[in-house]
Amino acid sequence: MLKVIENAVPVACWSCSVAHNESTLFCPDCSKIQPPTGGDFFSIFGLEHRLNIDLSALEQEFHRLSRRLHPDRFTRASENEKEWSLADTALLNDAYRTLRDPLRRTEYLLKLEGGELGATAAGDKDRENIARVPADLLEEVFDFNMQLEEMRMSKKMGQEDLELKESLRLAMDKFKGMVDAVDRDLRAHWTVWDAGDAVARHPAQRAMVALLDQRRYLSNLVRDVTEILGD
Amino acid sequence: MAEAERAVVVGIDLGTTNSLVAYMEGDRPVVIPGVDGSNLVPSVVALDPVPAAGGRPTVTVGNSARKALIETPERVIYSVKRLMGRDVEEVRTELKLFPFRLADDIEAGEVPRIQLGEMRFTPPEISAYILRQLKRNAERFFGAQVTQAVITVPAYFNDAQRQATKDAGRMAGLEVLRLVNEPTAAALAYGLDRAKEGTIAVYDLGGGTFDISILKLRDGIFEVQSTNGDTHLGGDDIDNLLLAIALDEIHAEHGVELRTHPGAVQALRKAAIDAKIRLSTEPAARFDIELPNGDRYQREIPRTVFESLIEPVLARTAGPCKQAMADAGLAPEQIDEVVLVGGSTRIPAVRTLADELFHLSARGKKPHTELNPDEVVALGAAVQAGILAGESKTTDDMLLLDVTPLSLGIEQLGGTVARIIQRNSTIPASATEHFTTGVDGQANVAIHVLQGERELAADCRSLARFDLKGIPPMAAGLPRIEVRFLIDADGILHVSAREQRSGKAAEIEVKPTYGLTDEQVENMILDSFDHAEEDFSKRLLIEARNEADAILAAVGRAPQNSAWNDLSAEEQTRIAAARDRLTMVKQTPNVAAISQAIVALDKATRHFAELMMDAAVSSAIRGKTMNEAGEEVNEAVTAPHDFAPAEFK
Repeated sequence: MLKVIENAVPVACWSCSVAHNESTLFCPDCSKIQPPTGGDFFSIFGLEHRLNIDLSALEQEFHRLSRRLHPDRFTRASENEKEWSLADTALLNDAYRTLRDPLRRTEYLLKLEGGELGATAAGDKDRENIARVPADLLEEVFDFNMQLEEMRMSKKMGQEDLELKESLRLAMDKFKGMVDAVDRDLRAHWTVWDAGDAVARHPAQRAMVALLDQRRYLSNLVRDVTEILGD
Repeated sequence: MAEAERAVVVGIDLGTTNSLVAYMEGDRPVVIPGVDGSNLVPSVVALDPVPAAGGRPTVTVGNSARKALIETPERVIYSVKRLMGRDVEEVRTELKLFPFRLADDIEAGEVPRIQLGEMRFTPPEISAYILRQLKRNAERFFGAQVTQAVITVPAYFNDAQRQATKDAGRMAGLEVLRLVNEPTAAALAYGLDRAKEGTIAVYDLGGGTFDISILKLRDGIFEVQSTNGDTHLGGDDIDNLLLAIALDEIHAEHGVELRTHPGAVQALRKAAIDAKIRLSTEPAARFDIELPNGDRYQREIPRTVFESLIEPVLARTAGPCKQAMADAGLAPEQIDEVVLVGGSTRIPAVRTLADELFHLSARGKKPHTELNPDEVVALGAAVQAGILAGESKTTDDMLLLDVTPLSLGIEQLGGTVARIIQRNSTIPASATEHFTTGVDGQANVAIHVLQGERELAADCRSLARFDLKGIPPMAAGLPRIEVRFLIDADGILHVSAREQRSGKAAEIEVKPTYGLTDEQVENMILDSFDHAEEDFSKRLLIEARNEADAILAAVGRAPQNSAWNDLSAEEQTRIAAARDRLTMVKQTPNVAAISQAIVALDKATRHFAELMMDAAVSSAIRGKTMNEAGEEVNEAVTAPHDFAPAEFK
């Protein structure tokens, strides 16, 4: 049920004083909630650091843990227990949100395992949108941006350029196709990474970082064009 | 403690137009009626006239307050929910169509206060009066104190609006165990007796707000997938449309400008609401109003005209519905059930629109309207109260997982917003961010937290400014301050910070952009408690005096009864003394003394009551039919007052 970390120091339950593993959410003896120990998103689900995840098992575990940890279950409990329930449930929700989404999961794990390498990909850059333009797309993206701008202008003037619209639609389909291709590539690397061979892991990790960058860039393009074609 | 554990947790729907209180009676939620027997307490608060003797005027809530709307509109406030958690400018705009106004000396940045007669109240205080009325209704019903409640809020309420609602609860003497989103509460009420699995959409168009929530039901877990809405859209807007038309037409056709007569506007508003309600079942409705100049304004509104009139209002619900489906990654066909909530969903055009939005009739489905749309939210609140109390088998397996309706962000250099918690994240949710300094030795870092979906900080709603203080002096960029943002299960933000290099917990000074400080709320609690005591003792006094009047009137009639002559002179003197005593004590505000005098007079007249009864019975025996005698007995044998019942042996 709960992951046992091998070198964890046993601590005494605050309620029944029976010693238990440090990373336990609930005392195995008296079932009382324990102070949070700040595990990562995988550990709260008792999962290894793996990219291929059984999503329906994840959902089931999410529901099972929610039933026990949610603040709704601690209305009559002590202030400490209430606080721990809140912290644990926030962690559980954050973890579930991250792990059930393939991209967020990949980014998170790379950050967790890859140190600096992953951090530049998944960290602060995310919101600055400084994803690099993939070299082979440079020219195409340039044209596409011109067309987008043109479309915005003509929209502002209240005109509708059907030819331009069609061309943008084609570009959108192409970019969407590329996003799908990136996703397929990513999944292939997941399997390599999950196999756990240290030598194979490193290149897989680098490839995934590059793919995530590319994907972020492509999805921004898709988002922009969807926005302008949408209304 | 043991006492508190047994106490009932009530569920409260604090609505724009009406408010309700409900609880779990065994395994089903039940609405608690007020003294007048009505389940709905109109969300109207009135200030009674200043008492002739001086002192503070009392505050009334509900139907009696609604009656004051037409007579003393400047002393009545309604739809206060639309003002909750809003800033001065927003309130100013909002109030254009309302008869009440802001207090004069309010400055930007302050919590707005509404002028009501000679007093002024913040919106949470007004809501607190409504909550206190519901609390009293529940206490009367249970005959015990009620101190814990679940209160519902529109799903699309932001942090400030939620906080304001919680503050109101505290002022009313209620511990708010949870704020529950209204559409989610409705889903709980509907999900109770049908252990269903599937995806449901709750379309909630109330008096002042619109919400759409999409939930997945599985094994008793109600998991909200997405939510959207407009906290500024509801039946009020429809009323205002009808009202504006009537006011314009009256001005154009009869040359009467009613806008300067608040009482007349309220009378017209009432007529507009009645017309709107009739149009849900009838093909046309009529306005027929007598104007101050003696003219009559008569107007027939066919339903077709009404529907094209409100079309733009209803159309505004479509965008949020589509966005919610997009956010949940669902097409209309993937929504298994649609539940309609809120009084405005009685309008046939609203039902048609919901049908179109979710492709219902195309799939041979109908929206759910089985539960009373005015009560379903309160019933759901009671279910959630049951879940929290943990004492009902029915709710034992149920768990509600709700989401935050708006993204949380921090202002970055250049005025853009960095999102740290996305909208529709399951709550509680958290995010951890790291900040540093830009100048050597810098001791403070300011963080501006916002809520909303727009790119620029100026377009989002400012939640609070945090000042991280006491950063140890270090070279620029060296401190590493970890700030943890946590949205709790009520959807309210909490922030904590720590400087990681020194390990020092950074001191945070929170300046909420809107809303009351803890201290202000505390003061308002005391205030409203003082008033509560005052109001309560006034009520007791009035009741005691009424009782005294009743017994005095009965004693005054006594000498006309033949039985009076059977009393000894001594007895007659004793009764007269007790009567005089009560007549005198009645004038004082001493409730206990009045009650004692009533009891004394009751005792003194007991023998007389018995004689009167005997006389009636013996007259019945003297050759009258039992029926006649019965009538006569019933009439004559009334005890001097209600509390000295005549006894037949």
